[in-house]
Amino acid sequence: MAKLTYREAVRAAMREAMAADPRVFLMGEDVGRHGGAFAVSMGLLEEFGPERIRDTPLMESTFVGAGIGAAVGGMRPIVEVMTINFSLLALDQIVNTAAALRHMSGGQFSVPLVVRMASGGGRGLAAQHSHSLEGWFAHVPGIKVATPATVADAKGLLLAALADPDPVLVFEHATLYPLEGEDADDTPMALGRAAVRRAGEDVTLVAYGASVHKALAAAAALAAEEISAEVLDLRTLRPLDVEAIVSSVARTHRAVVVDEMWRTGSFAGEVAATIMEQAFDELDAPVARVASAEVPMPYAKPLEDAALPSAEQIAAAARALF
Amino acid sequence: MAEFLLPKLGADMSRGRLVEWVKKPGERIARGEVIAVIETDKANVEVEAFESGTLEKVLVEPGDEWLPVGTPLAVIGAAGAEAPAPSAGEKPARKPEAAVPAAAKPAPEAPRVPAVPPPKPKPPSKAPPPHAPAVPAPRAAEGTRLPASPVARRRAAELGVDLATLRGTGPDGRIVLADVESVAGAAVAKRPAGRPAPAAPLTAAEKAQEKRARMREAIAAAMARSKREIPHYYLGTTIDLTRAMAWLASYNAERPVTERMLYGVLLLKAVAAALREYPELNGFWTEGRAQLADSVHLGVAISLRGGGLVAPALHDADKLALPELMRRLQDLVTRARASSLRSSEMTDATVTVTSLGERGVEAVYGVIYPPQLALVGFGKVVTRPWVADGEVAPREVVTATLSADHRASDGHRGALFLDAVDRLLQEPEKL
Amino acid sequence: MTNEEIKTKVLAALAAVAPELEPGTLAPGANLRDELDIDSMDALNFLVGLSKAFGIDIPEADYRKLSTLDAIVGYVAARVGKR
Repeated sequence: MAKLTYREAVRAAMREAMAADPRVFLMGEDVGRHGGAFAVSMGLLEEFGPERIRDTPLMESTFVGAGIGAAVGGMRPIVEVMTINFSLLALDQIVNTAAALRHMSGGQFSVPLVVRMASGGGRGLAAQHSHSLEGWFAHVPGIKVATPATVADAKGLLLAALADPDPVLVFEHATLYPLEGEDADDTPMALGRAAVRRAGEDVTLVAYGASVHKALAAAAALAAEEISAEVLDLRTLRPLDVEAIVSSVARTHRAVVVDEMWRTGSFAGEVAATIMEQAFDELDAPVARVASAEVPMPYAKPLEDAALPSAEQIAAAARALF
Repeated sequence: MAEFLLPKLGADMSRGRLVEWVKKPGERIARGEVIAVIETDKANVEVEAFESGTLEKVLVEPGDEWLPVGTPLAVIGAAGAEAPAPSAGEKPARKPEAAVPAAAKPAPEAPRVPAVPPPKPKPPSKAPPPHAPAVPAPRAAEGTRLPASPVARRRAAELGVDLATLRGTGPDGRIVLADVESVAGAAVAKRPAGRPAPAAPLTAAEKAQEKRARMREAIAAAMARSKREIPHYYLGTTIDLTRAMAWLASYNAERPVTERMLYGVLLLKAVAAALREYPELNGFWTEGRAQLADSVHLGVAISLRGGGLVAPALHDADKLALPELMRRLQDLVTRARASSLRSSEMTDATVTVTSLGERGVEAVYGVIYPPQLALVGFGKVVTRPWVADGEVAPREVVTATLSADHRASDGHRGALFLDAVDRLLQEPEKL
Repeated sequence: MTNEEIKTKVLAALAAVAPELEPGTLAPGANLRDELDIDSMDALNFLVGLSKAFGIDIPEADYRKLSTLDAIVGYVAARVGKR
């Protein structure tokens, strides 16, 4: 299998989808001539032309709304919102229109829209470009939320999102774009399936997005202390693979949930509550959470590092369960 | 309808083996009647019924299997109820392992003692019971729970392990899955690595050795708990026994050997009577406070042939006349050594008395048997020069010691207690 | 009653308080209290056993004479003979 970066994998998925289906197009801020704020769509304008790679004004509510309209009208749009913080300007379109239209129309309309955006901290971009709000969107029925952590998933989950008849939001953690890894094979991926990234016996580290890699580092450190940690990558937050979570915890009897959201109201809280509800009698320790510090993301690198979950914190949280 | 559960017969008991059913299915049982014989790590004990009724069904047959405290052993029907005739197809008894899921239910008759106190004891949430409980093991305060993880609780219920017998190794002393599985044996341990092959049948010598080892383990658990939890203070005094010994000699001289008394009976009676005057030494430390007993049940430390000891109760020792006390003591020692004590004797003692004078020591500084509040020790009776009224004269004396729980009493009261023992022994005819 | 018969009965009474006693192994001159780890209650029970087996009473003052198997057999022989 060929090696490529996460960024190239997202691009490859879009290229593949546009080549296969004339209804697929990309629009967003700077996606055309600039090649995307994170250089994801570099070269696509030249390849597919301005009809299918469309630069938009700086107005998220408008171009996400236009994407919804195109989807309802029979297209398969991919809308890129530069960062998750900016998606808040399109929240009305996403929550009130995209998520609700199938239900409001009694099933007459579907919205086969894909919205991609970069999320997460770690790049020194401070409190307006660095947050993790995926759990807010995962709160809303009617949309699906994918959070690819690997190169293969960056491609495979985007293709799965495009194949889905309903709106899917794909959160690409901005620190993952340079990540190198193996390409996906040709097997179509399904939304709603978690994956065990490292098998273990003593504790389950539940994570998604970039936190998966921190959890893997923590698991490696714990292995040296003879604590065998399993790393479960959620891959999609909605639908949530409850069965995978419960079956892992039923084997390990302990869980640490890692989340880059702020601890209060984090998606990790949802996972912890689910474990409590569905696997209470399997627990040998309280479910632990490792989440971001409750501050707007600091700009200074040391403070930003301190605010974000780290492999050391995850390992420490796991140790405390024994 | 009630389940008859394997009772906890003292702080050092976590398990037992069913030796024999004394009652058979269908038989009526009066409260206090012996229903079964149980082997503990320390002795064979005749277990008495806590309630009257009919033995409807036995759930466990006698065998070599160790059952955790709380295992349902039988079903006892209401006092008036007729035992149902066993139907032809009904199995007479289940195997113990089939009966264990109910073991997690606390035995109402036999409240359990946590092997380790919760790390953050809660203040007592209810008034002490109006009378001394039949079993000295403290009932967990309302609302307090042993800290145990959910999966540890579930597994303990499946395996019939009593959580109260476990020492939690998780954070803050929480009982975790590994604690349950480690006591349940290698067969269910998560990692079977290093598990020994099934053992060959034991020889008689190995069995005796194993029995001694089990008794040492039981004693070790209770004594280590005592020294860990109880702030002991120790007092000693030398008591002139000349009058008491002379009185006893003349008493015995008039009687055949079958009616004679040992001087130890005088000591026991004096202790029992003195405890009435100093009740803070008589009872139990439970739920973070002293719960004084209404009755004086002396636990008499009896060494067993081949090692180890038991301290069964001489009930209401303060109320018994000396000859009756002697008869009961003789019976108790004989049965202790024949391993046929009764469950109430194993659980009811409110204080312990030990005498090591037989083997020549002059004083005993004993370890309190938890959750009791005190232990009284006697050394050997020796003839010593003694100053009385300015004159030196040979007198027969004994050293009496008190080990007491400083949480429940202070040295001042302890000293007055020993003084009362002395005073009472000066008038043996009034004992 | 011969000394051998007396000895058999004495050993039976001893075995009642010290069940692990193996009669052949007890030296006739050994101190029973030390040899068999007998305490005052065992001793009293043994004396009660002797008293019943031979129909004699044993005054407390005589206890100290009864420290070895030989001594006991001799004492009982004298007491039974005197009856």
